[in-house]
Amino acid sequence: MATSALSPAQPPAQPPAQPMLVNASRFRAAHAAEWERLERLVTRIEKRSIKALGDDDLLALPLLYRSALSSLSVARETSLDRSLVVYLEQLCTRAYFQLYGVPTLALSQLRRFFVHGWPAAMQALWRETLASFLLTVAAGIVGYVLVRGDPSWFFGIVGDGLAQGRDPSASAETLRQTLYGKHSDMLATFAAYLFTHNAQIAIFAFALGFAFAVPTVLLIVYNGLMLGAFMAVFVPKGLGYNFTGWIMIHGTTELFAIIIAGAAGFRIGTAIAFPGRQSRSDSAVQAGRTGATAMGGAVVMLAIAGLLEGIGRQIVLDDLSRYGIGLTMLVAWLLYFYLPRSRNGVVQA
Amino acid sequence: MAWFRRNREAKRPKGPLSLRRTFVTPEGVDLQIELGGAGVRAAAFMIDAFAMLILLIIATIVIALLFVASKETSLAILWLIGFFVLRNGWFTLFEMGGRGATPGKRVMGLRVVARDGARLTGGAVITRNAMREIEVFLPLSFLAAQSAQGLADSFLTIFALCWSGIFLFFPLFNRDRLRIGDLLAGTWVVRTVRGELGSDLAVPIERERRVFSEAALGLYGVYELQTLEEVLRSGREDAIATVAATIRRKAGLADDPDDREFLSDYYAALCARLERGLMVGRRRADKFG
Repeated sequence: MATSALSPAQPPAQPPAQPMLVNASRFRAAHAAEWERLERLVTRIEKRSIKALGDDDLLALPLLYRSALSSLSVARETSLDRSLVVYLEQLCTRAYFQLYGVPTLALSQLRRFFVHGWPAAMQALWRETLASFLLTVAAGIVGYVLVRGDPSWFFGIVGDGLAQGRDPSASAETLRQTLYGKHSDMLATFAAYLFTHNAQIAIFAFALGFAFAVPTVLLIVYNGLMLGAFMAVFVPKGLGYNFTGWIMIHGTTELFAIIIAGAAGFRIGTAIAFPGRQSRSDSAVQAGRTGATAMGGAVVMLAIAGLLEGIGRQIVLDDLSRYGIGLTMLVAWLLYFYLPRSRNGVVQA
Repeated sequence: MAWFRRNREAKRPKGPLSLRRTFVTPEGVDLQIELGGAGVRAAAFMIDAFAMLILLIIATIVIALLFVASKETSLAILWLIGFFVLRNGWFTLFEMGGRGATPGKRVMGLRVVARDGARLTGGAVITRNAMREIEVFLPLSFLAAQSAQGLADSFLTIFALCWSGIFLFFPLFNRDRLRIGDLLAGTWVVRTVRGELGSDLAVPIERERRVFSEAALGLYGVYELQTLEEVLRSGREDAIATVAATIRRKAGLADDPDDREFLSDYYAALCARLERGLMVGRRRADKFG
C-alpha cells in the first residue's frame, strides 16, 4: 500500500471522478435547512421581538436550537471545516441569548418588582436599613446639639443656598411663614426638581457604596446633620411641633428612601470589604442586585415624596393632617416592606 | 524540534483569541463566546453619549420654544423629568429591553449578558448603570459645578481626572474587560456576530479532481488545512499563488496552470484524508504532528 500510494497514477479505492465526498459536506447537506430556518427565526426575533413569530415557528424554535447545538458538538468533533464550526457557534450563541438571556417582558418584570422583588430586597437589607436609620438619628442629634450650642455651626452644615433665610437669626414669624406660606405657581416644578435632585443623590449613595461604603456613610451623616440643624433653628422659636409636621408629610417617605439608598450602599460596601465565605465577586454580585432593587424602590418612593412635598404640603396646611398623612405613609411603607409573605406574594399569618 | 513546537503552541492562543470565554449552556455545550474589547465598548459608549447629547439639545430647544410661545412654567417639569429619565434611563431601559443593548452597543455588535448565563434581570441592569454615575457622571458634574463657581483649580481637576481614569481604565486591568458596574452586576458584554455559512470547499464538483499521493497529503495537519481554508475563502490571488507554489515545491509536484483549482482540489483531498484519520482517532494537529 505504501509503495503504490507514492505514485500519483494509482488512484485510491474510490471511483476517481468524485473521490472526496467528505463528512463535512454530507453533514452540511443533511442539516443546512434546519440551520437556515433557525437563523431566519433568530434574525426575525432580533429585528423585532419574539412576538414576530407564529405558533409553528415558536414551537419549532427550541427544537431547532437543540439540533443546532448538537450539530455544533458533532461538527467540533468530526469536521475540519472551520467556517462550519464558526458559523454554528455564532448561530447557537445568538439563539441561546434569544431563548435564555432575554429579560422577561417589562410589564411582568414591573409586577414582579412590586409584588416580590422590592419587599424581598428590603427584608434582606433590614440590618443595613437599621444601621442607616440609627446613623441618621445620631447625626441629627449631633447636628441639633451643635447648632443649639453655637448657632454659627448652622452655616457650616447647611449653607446659604438651602437655608433660604431659615437660619438661627430669623424671627419666629419669618420661620412660621416658611412652614405655611404658599409658593403656589412654581409648586409642581418644585416637586419635580426635588424628585430629580433627591433621586440622583439616592443613586449616588448606592453607587458610592462601592468605595467600602465610606462616602455613603458621609452622605447619610450629612443628611442627618442638616435635619438636626434645621430642628435647632425651629425648636427654640417654639415651632418644633409645626416644623415636625412640615417635615413629616413628605419626610417619612423621603427620609426613609434616603435611608434605604444608604442601606443599599452599605450592603455593597460591606459585601466587598467582608465577603465572608463567598468569593469577593460572588458576594459583590449578590449585594449589587439586592441593593439595586432596593435603590430602584427608593427612587419610586422619592417620586411619591416629591408629589407629597410639592403639592400635598402646599395644600395641606393643618398640622394634624400633615402628621396624619406622614404617619399613614410610614405605616404603609413598613407594612408593605416587612409584613411576612410567601414567595409568590401571598401574605401569611 | 521539540522546543520549536512548544514555542508555537505557546503562541497560538494569544492575540484575538484571548477574549474567547467558556460559556456552557444548560444543554452542556460550550458556546465559546467572544467578549467585547475595550475599544469597541468605548466606541459604543461614545455613540450613546453623543446620541444622548443630541437628544438633550433638541429637547431643550423644543421646550424653550414652547415656553416662549406659551409662558407655561410647568414646562420646566417636562425638562427636569426628561433630563432625569434620559440620564438614568437611556442605558437601563435599552438594556432591559429584549436586545440587551443600547443603540450604541447595537451598532457595534455588542450585548449585555449575565455572566452565569441566566436571564438578565432588571436588578443587574440597574446596578451596572447606577455605577456609571460614579464612573462617568460624578467627576463630570463635579468638574462642571466647580468650574461654574470658578473654583476648579488644578488640584481638583487632576483629582477628578484621576478618579475617572481609575474607573475608565478599569476594564483594561482585568481579563474579562469588566467595568465596575459589570463586576457588581454580574454581567459582561459579549460580541454578537452574525456570520454567514461559507460555501462548502470540499463539495463534489462536475470536473475531475486532481489526485494526490499519500506523501503529498501527509505533509500537513489540521492547522495547515484551516489556514488553507482561510486563504481560499479570502480569494486573494497573490496569497493563493504563493501557497500553491509552496505546496507544489514541498510535495514535489509539477507546475499547474490553475492555482485556485489546484488548491481547492488539494484542500478537498487533505480534508478527506484528515477526516478519515479522525474517524479512527488519529487527530493530526499540524505539520509537526
